[in-house]
Amino acid sequence: MSGVETAPTFDLPGVDRRNHSLEEYADAPVLILVQSCNHCPYVLAWEGRIDALQREYADRGVRIVAINSNDAAAYPADSFENMVEHAREAGYSFDYLYDESQEIARVLGSERTPEAFVFDADRRLVYHGAVDDNREEAEVTTHYLHDAIAAALAGEAPPVADTPPVGCTVKWRS
Amino acid sequence: MTVELLFWQGCPSYPEAKALLEQLLAERGIEAPIQMREVRNQAEAVELAFPGSPTIRIDGRDVDPAGAGSPAALACRVYRFPDGRTSPIPSRQQLEEVLS
Repeated sequence: MSGVETAPTFDLPGVDRRNHSLEEYADAPVLILVQSCNHCPYVLAWEGRIDALQREYADRGVRIVAINSNDAAAYPADSFENMVEHAREAGYSFDYLYDESQEIARVLGSERTPEAFVFDADRRLVYHGAVDDNREEAEVTTHYLHDAIAAALAGEAPPVADTPPVGCTVKWRS
Repeated sequence: MTVELLFWQGCPSYPEAKALLEQLLAERGIEAPIQMREVRNQAEAVELAFPGSPTIRIDGRDVDPAGAGSPAALACRVYRFPDGRTSPIPSRQQLEEVLS
């Protein structure tokens, strides 16, 4: 399980060019933070499924928030302006925030993109890890993130609480 | 035939790419060994014109010429397919084309 136990406080700029804080999502019965970025092929493979989950659960108040913490100086594709462009092109229905200081990634203990952290109504971590068990959507057999959201909404523990995230490494500043 | 697979440990896709390449070489009876080359830092990435991991070159020719000219980087490489899909490894078709 990830080292984090509760949702970290944050106040970060989003691709809609306004700031978003943890408090803003206080009414969400389930909050999912997803460590993400623009350039990673694993993010590109999974972002459509993440977006589909946000759309599926929007009417239940569930909120997915993607956060990019990558060092944009070393990886210009992950700059804030490229985030804005990527979110527009991909048609994200979830918020996409820029953690320029990398503080949120450090607090979460993030290692990969994408990497999901599911917090229940009390903002306790109930699931950490991969979206599902296969990069190829047609070959998925276990929908970890979907199952965790459904369980959290029902006030139950997810069938699986922790899986190894699969993806690119978080690009830390040297 | 020389078969090179350049990789960076920070990206998890190279074992999958290597397995696919091994399978295709075996299917064609090609006995050339896969020369594995680890790219360890940005200086090596620049020196080797390494656009991301994994990069596969057959007789020096990149299996994905369209992406070969991307800036050198210690990152996972994005392979873009004609149908619009993307992948962290080359497609079977891309590998077959350069091996034929």
